[in-house]
Amino acid sequence: MSDAIVTVNNFRKVYGEVVAVNDISFEVQRGEIFGLLGPNGAGKTSTLEALEGIRSSDGGEMMVMGIDPTREPGKLKNKIGIQLQTSGLPGNMKVGEAMDFFCAYHQVSPRKDLIKRLGLAEKVNTQYEQLSTGQQRRLALSLAVAHNPPLVILDEPTAGLDVNSRTELHGMMEELRSQGVSILLATHDMAEAEKLADRVAILLHGSVVAKGSPRELTATGSSLTKISTRTENSILVKKPGRFPAVTQQLFKEEYSVFYSKDPAASVSAILNYIEKHKDRLIDLRVERPSLEERFLEITTPGGKK
Amino acid sequence: MIAFYNHFAFEFKTGLRNSNNLMMNYLFPLGFYAMMGLVMTRIFPGFDQVLIPAMVVFATMASSLLGLPGPQVELREAGVFRSYKINGVPAISILIIPVLTTIFHTLIVSSIIALSARPLFGGVAPLHIVPFILITLLAAFNFSAISALIGVISTNSRATVLWSQLIFLPSMLIGGMMVPISMLPEGIQPLTALLPSSHAMQAFLGLAYGQPTSFNTTVSIAVLAISLLLAFGLAIHLFNWDTKNKTRRGHPLMALLVLIPYIVSTFLV
Repeated sequence: MSDAIVTVNNFRKVYGEVVAVNDISFEVQRGEIFGLLGPNGAGKTSTLEALEGIRSSDGGEMMVMGIDPTREPGKLKNKIGIQLQTSGLPGNMKVGEAMDFFCAYHQVSPRKDLIKRLGLAEKVNTQYEQLSTGQQRRLALSLAVAHNPPLVILDEPTAGLDVNSRTELHGMMEELRSQGVSILLATHDMAEAEKLADRVAILLHGSVVAKGSPRELTATGSSLTKISTRTENSILVKKPGRFPAVTQQLFKEEYSVFYSKDPAASVSAILNYIEKHKDRLIDLRVERPSLEERFLEITTPGGKK
Repeated sequence: MIAFYNHFAFEFKTGLRNSNNLMMNYLFPLGFYAMMGLVMTRIFPGFDQVLIPAMVVFATMASSLLGLPGPQVELREAGVFRSYKINGVPAISILIIPVLTTIFHTLIVSSIIALSARPLFGGVAPLHIVPFILITLLAAFNFSAISALIGVISTNSRATVLWSQLIFLPSMLIGGMMVPISMLPEGIQPLTALLPSSHAMQAFLGLAYGQPTSFNTTVSIAVLAISLLLAFGLAIHLFNWDTKNKTRRGHPLMALLVLIPYIVSTFLV
């Protein structure tokens, strides 16, 4: 049985004569991280903002925990936590004030623990405009989750962050998921989506062009799986064979590298070949195409879908 | 209540932290007051009679008209109102709390002026304190409400300056603060009723100082009160969280309705 916390059916958004979002549909299940991916102008932010209740809809249906955000946005106040793509805080608001301010409107006690957890304890009296980009993002995330919402919407949460800050935020997102919180994540960062998201939808020109888990998406593309092998006597280098589904073969240092459309068939044949020639396998690596490669394949004009 | 307190405290501190707000709330009105006290009381006999009300009206106009609308527009354009909306901050709080904190700053400056004018510059104290306080409050609310309306209808900071100066500059010239209305050319005198500063000055002179006035003070009080209600009502009606969304409930030119009591008053005063 579906346990969808967010349901979007044929959502449509038009700006003048430009159709920004064209009949898109997706669901976010309870306790999952759902990635909304797409290039600039794909319609990600318009979709998120409609779900947040700050942008109107021009068609279709949206439900967030049984509430239509385009009709009753006020009812979502304590049910969702939102980190906007833009700053969203007055420049002279101090970190501690921001926590007090928003928690009071959510009618919860200020979460000083989150400020400490996200490394902002020493910045509690620093004004927002004096924080670094990473600190601003961390503050925004702490404000988004301070009232323990069951759904958190994050719009490019790690854009412009250093490695440590990204890792910390990723850890926090995974922790939230483990607590049953659903996260709707819009990002340009494919590695981030591949690492964190349970399922993703790829938007292009306002339409969903691919949907599924990162593993499903990378498996369905035409990108080739890379198979790297190294054997004791280098039989694959000295006496190269022909293997099913392999479209390209390279030699790199002591490795033979194959690009295969059907990695299972190719690996099986390669292993048989090694055994037949009485060689011994030292190393075997099978690398699936990344989500980024699949994304580029889908979103690049002329790419196969 | 905690939310209101936190919001009020933040906005009040903004009035001191933000250099532009600090300038408009305190430095500009007090500096101008010191200059007027030193210069005008010596070169213009009788200015000591109006020094306090004129400088109170000036301080009120500076902090509200010049200080209030700009930051409101900047916050809206920076997406801060969107952030407020998704976190449950009501539109009425966004409008009314900055107005209340501006009035709070104005009252502090007005108190400094009222208490220091006599010992420093020989300014004449009001005969009737209660009407003086009530008119100060009414004028402060009136200018702040008009300023909030300007902030709501302006699409950018330049527009706020234009609209604010459209009230501020004529008020300084013909609003009865620098020159009594009775000394202005006869053709100009009825036009002064279009300015809130004229009504505030006439109310101060008639009700707090017991002096003869150019306007019917009852009409002036009514005009200030009605325009205050109209300005707030229109500001709430026309409030927009985000200019990227066409959620405004009326055309910005509806704001001109706030002029109705002033236009009517030109026939009554």
